[in-house]
Amino acid sequence: MGYPHTSHPRETAILSKYFGDAEARTLDGWRARGGYDALQQALNTDPQELQTIVKDSGLRGRGGAGFPTGLKWSFMKPDGKIHYMLCNADESEPGTFKDREIMRWTPHGLVEGVALAAHSIYAETAYIYIRGEFTEPYARVTKAVEEAYAAGVLGANAMGSGRRVDVHVHRGAGAYICGEETALMNSLEGRRGNPRIKPPFPAVAGLFGKPTTINNVETLATVPYIIKNGAEWYKQFGRADNPKSIGTKLFSVCGNITRPGNYEVALGFPFKDFLYDLCGGPLPGREIKAVIPGGSSVPILTREEAENTIMDYEGMVAAGTLLGSGGVIVFDDRQDMVRQIARLVRFYAHESCAQCTQCREGTAWTLRIMERIRDGEGTAEDLDTLLSIADNMTGKTICVLSDSCATPVVSGLKKFRGEFEAKIAQNRSVVSARGPIRATAA
Amino acid sequence: MSHGPSATGGALVAAPPHGHHHDAPHVPVFTDLARAALDTIMSRYPTKQAALLPALWLVQDARGWVSEASMEEVAGLLEITPAYVKGVTSFYTMYHQHPVGRHFIQVCTTTPCNVCGAEDVVSALLEHSGCGDLGLTSADGRFTVVEVECLGACGFPTPIMINNDFVESLTPESVPRILSELK
Repeated sequence: MGYPHTSHPRETAILSKYFGDAEARTLDGWRARGGYDALQQALNTDPQELQTIVKDSGLRGRGGAGFPTGLKWSFMKPDGKIHYMLCNADESEPGTFKDREIMRWTPHGLVEGVALAAHSIYAETAYIYIRGEFTEPYARVTKAVEEAYAAGVLGANAMGSGRRVDVHVHRGAGAYICGEETALMNSLEGRRGNPRIKPPFPAVAGLFGKPTTINNVETLATVPYIIKNGAEWYKQFGRADNPKSIGTKLFSVCGNITRPGNYEVALGFPFKDFLYDLCGGPLPGREIKAVIPGGSSVPILTREEAENTIMDYEGMVAAGTLLGSGGVIVFDDRQDMVRQIARLVRFYAHESCAQCTQCREGTAWTLRIMERIRDGEGTAEDLDTLLSIADNMTGKTICVLSDSCATPVVSGLKKFRGEFEAKIAQNRSVVSARGPIRATAA
Repeated sequence: MSHGPSATGGALVAAPPHGHHHDAPHVPVFTDLARAALDTIMSRYPTKQAALLPALWLVQDARGWVSEASMEEVAGLLEITPAYVKGVTSFYTMYHQHPVGRHFIQVCTTTPCNVCGAEDVVSALLEHSGCGDLGLTSADGRFTVVEVECLGACGFPTPIMINNDFVESLTPESVPRILSELK
């Protein structure tokens, strides 16, 4: 079932099948739809075997980085230590709103996936960290957890398996950076959400210093289907010639597009068909000018580039961008790219945790320069300065927020340089009307 | 955390006329039910400090904002210093460190909403709420309007949050009706 639009025949609805179906929200409703069968089965299966099934399925992390899920799980061994399972529900990458719908419509699907994952990594305790602004998803997931405890699905003897599985819901309080996995751990521990230096990686020392696995909502919601139907079943979704991108993916579509919303397609879907066929293309009388395909942190594509791209991890890389979180932001021909890139930079400047100098200073200075170019007060030299700052912000900090701020600036300057130069030319005329042209504008 | 005018506006908020006085004696938040709720929360974590964000939420739910006296109370319960609690509180944009209007309105103006006209929604909210500017509270104490970075509802532009409630697909035209429903 599609949401909020009606489902398109070319969608492959697995995760989104029950979006818009209010009965799927309750424990009984979820069970009636086959829910918790996978958990029951998993709790009576050796974790090692579950790790192998997920590894064989080819599932990769849906939060943005695309790390193989089964491989991540396989770092967790039966070492007798306390382990933690963490669900990253701090969805806040601009353009992305898929986890929100999973939590709003199928909260039990997430709880099932989290509990299943906890058992698979030898953990008895799991936490779901939900961003502070997601009040409805928080209420839905909290209710699902309460229902699951009341029915004995969770607790000291989860589904009668004799195993303990506890799931707790934790609410954030407004900080994009807490979607970074180690910042999320600090935040959950009651600290400022500053990312941690890696190594040690979470599998060695994560939450409360203990071995931890952290996965995105969409990833965890997918796992029960794989356990129930098998790795081979999951492998049918994707391009036959690309074994590296398997499965379905939820794409959130927003901006200047006829039918915004969430769409679930098999990886390898042609981006052109997606934009025009499924999402209805641009608004009447408009043309698509640019597309950010994977959340605001990935390079911008021109319309021509987007139309020739395949929607999977490798297809996006071949086009010079990334699949990321699957947040598709569409800009039409009315949009001033300098203005919109400046607005994106403002997002990152606001959200920098200010821990690393390159990010704290880099985001703030990039913002000032972008805004003065936007306001017709920039100089030609500013373009070189922006690229120089971007270079110093890339690959030099504890986390990638800094890199993410540089990305739209660098890709925007490469693909829409004319718009930047037109703004700067505007400055020259204003200055020359009043007096001599500034030396820096030469 | 903030470099611009889109911080939640705490530092910019004028003292509201309906008045919370900083020098009034602190009435503890964590008695009876709130204390029981905090104890339940604390039982879920191996450290007391992990209950800090939930504790601050309980304070804000009870009082509408998080005062320094409340931070001290939380610090005592979780066995950390008041300065540490303040450091954490000030990191997160959703905790109000000053009183705000009865209806605290956060408008998303990040790129996906921006390209769909979010700034016009902001103008309409400022005009019809009587707030005058972002971060200020209206003279009648009803409203505070702030910009917020990405509410994660990009397919429903423009989304706003009114206290804990989401309203989606706002337009400048729908603003007067939405505001008139808030007393």
